[in-house]
Amino acid sequence: MTHVATSPRFKDNARAALADPNLQESLKFVEVNFIARRREAADRLPEFEALRDAARDIKNHTLAHLDLYLEAYEARVTAAGGQVHYAATAEDARQVVLGICRRLGAKTVTKGKSMIGEEIAINDFLEANSVQPIETDLGEYIVQLRGEIPSHIIAPAVHLTKAQVEAEFRRVHTHLPADRNLVEPTTLLTEARGVLREKFLAADVGITGANFLVAETGTSIIVTNEGNGDLTQTLPKAHIVLASIEKMVPTLEDVATLLRVLARSATGQDMSVYTTLSTGPRRADDPDGPGEYHVVILDNGRSAMVGSAFQDMLRCIRCGACMNHCPVYHAVGGHAYGWVYPGPMGAVLTPSLIGVDKAGHLPNASTFCGRCEEVCPVRIPLPRMMRAWREREFERHLSPATVRSGLAFWAAFARRPRLYGAATGIAMRLLALIGRGKGRFSWLPLASGWTRFRDFPSPQGATFQQQWRARRRSSE
Amino acid sequence: MAGPSNNTRVGLFVTCLVDLIRPSVGFAAVKLLEEAGCAVEVPRQSCCGQPAFNSGDRATTRAIAEQVIDAFAAYDYVVAPSGSCAGMLKTHYPELFHDDPNWMPRVDAFCAKTYELVSFLVDVLGVSRVDARFEGAVTYHDSCSGLRELGVRIQPRRLLGTVQGLTIKEMQDAETCCGFGGTFCVKYPDISNAIVGKKAANIAASGADTLLAGDLGCLMNMAGKLQREGKPIEVRHVAEVLAGMTDEPAIGMAESGGTESDGMESKP
Repeated sequence: MTHVATSPRFKDNARAALADPNLQESLKFVEVNFIARRREAADRLPEFEALRDAARDIKNHTLAHLDLYLEAYEARVTAAGGQVHYAATAEDARQVVLGICRRLGAKTVTKGKSMIGEEIAINDFLEANSVQPIETDLGEYIVQLRGEIPSHIIAPAVHLTKAQVEAEFRRVHTHLPADRNLVEPTTLLTEARGVLREKFLAADVGITGANFLVAETGTSIIVTNEGNGDLTQTLPKAHIVLASIEKMVPTLEDVATLLRVLARSATGQDMSVYTTLSTGPRRADDPDGPGEYHVVILDNGRSAMVGSAFQDMLRCIRCGACMNHCPVYHAVGGHAYGWVYPGPMGAVLTPSLIGVDKAGHLPNASTFCGRCEEVCPVRIPLPRMMRAWREREFERHLSPATVRSGLAFWAAFARRPRLYGAATGIAMRLLALIGRGKGRFSWLPLASGWTRFRDFPSPQGATFQQQWRARRRSSE
Repeated sequence: MAGPSNNTRVGLFVTCLVDLIRPSVGFAAVKLLEEAGCAVEVPRQSCCGQPAFNSGDRATTRAIAEQVIDAFAAYDYVVAPSGSCAGMLKTHYPELFHDDPNWMPRVDAFCAKTYELVSFLVDVLGVSRVDARFEGAVTYHDSCSGLRELGVRIQPRRLLGTVQGLTIKEMQDAETCCGFGGTFCVKYPDISNAIVGKKAANIAASGADTLLAGDLGCLMNMAGKLQREGKPIEVRHVAEVLAGMTDEPAIGMAESGGTESDGMESKP
């Protein structure tokens, strides 16, 4: 039971997204605000580029010694009275969570934001097993009400307009006066807070994600802007952290470095509003805290990425900068990608997790403009890895037959410059003759993908190489 | 003018699009290089291999790369009027050979001498001004590969600033992709169209009457969209303006200066 991937229908998803006026209106926020805010935050910090290098190096070092750090981390968690559960698959992780919920007789579970929770589709699973999950991050709460998954890894409801959120609240919060004023965005936030307050107090188990797991101290760390994570994890009987192996960081000092690039890259904040460190369950003299502390560490295909062409992807700290700067994401939004992780990081990670046969469109639907890599706080070479997926596809003959045959035809000429010169010389002269009148074509055979939306310029006539050689001959 | 003497031999990598669609850009590049004191030659060539490389066909890409490296072995420099193709030659060819010690020295030497045209003029030859005139307001689009792989940004603007009669009106989001992306624009035409639609709006809003860039692929994409939308903006490769060679009709325009309609084929 994971989310059914609609990634194979990426093209249909994209077309629908482009035709959705609410979505198009909402996406402007990403394009305008996130880019400007990151730029300003980065410009304010002279050492920002050096911090990116340091952040990359920390993650590379950790991945090179991942086994050692995982063991050290587990020992520290255990020493603090917590428990680490390794989950090889999504199903393993779900069973661990359900087992804890059942043992504690949990009826409701509050949830802080967790992309691993999305990856293993924990909400659907718990619901099917009579445990009610309640998302407490405002954006996650909204998409949960709508039966959606997040469209962005740090701004789950960024695909919605304020009017859509208001309509959803009016539909669901029927216990509130129908004539209440929800014009100001803060009124929506206040309303969600009021509703969620009861849920926090009633919850038996709290589930959060983790931005970092610290080997030195056995600490899990989340960064939030709403404080919902703190209420999620301190009030219930048990706190379950959903994490994956690449969240590991050696020391708190390393975390400090990563935090300095994380929020700046994500939202342009110097720091997120809340940075919450959790080490083990409530101790005897603690005023509050959960009675049990569990960390589920998910693999789900990641260890196979270590040592492969895709290892660098495991540096990702989930800031969302790549999608914030992606022209394709700006055009179609996150849901078009058809699974949990959208944008450039999703285009690399998703094929690793659900198979390139299902997610093949994702690494192909990129112009290779390189802006994602330009802003990635841990300098992941995202375009290069998307290309690596295209190579896997080509090797496995998964590329469309039309692409393969077209490429083979072109290659037959491109590999033989003399033949190429002769053939293109004839073709261009012919095309130039036909196109001479207007200077361009509004329709061309075999190029409808181009001419459906734009004109194609008529060639000037003889090719450059023909003209060049003719001039050389005449001057000799 | 600083820089090398007349016996600096430059092999022009003309790029397949310039070769086939707009040879005048190639001749503009030759003029700029010769005026800067280079001897220009054009070995027989086809393409840099990007269509294969970005489609995941490494074997074909490698075969093309070997052929390009051999063809240009004799020159002091390899120069291309395209950030995309120069970026392919300079930054991506090594990826094709990294496990082959027999080829790597040749590949390294090839990459070290390969440049995009305008950055070569400014950064290597020390060209600081051009002798050209162009009446009008231009806006300059930063093509992605030139910008991010090769650092081409201020060089074209610096030289354009010395063209008599020319003013630069920067568009919003000049550094955002135009949506061309090589085969991307025909594999995902709807998305490409949405991206170039935004670009066309920014170009029009700049108030410039001419759009310039350093890559013919991007230029054809933007020109095609502007013309389909009936926006009266001329589109040219930056080399044409820098070389003072703007007699040829702009991209997608007819000999008479272009017509309003975007009909197919010939005049009656």
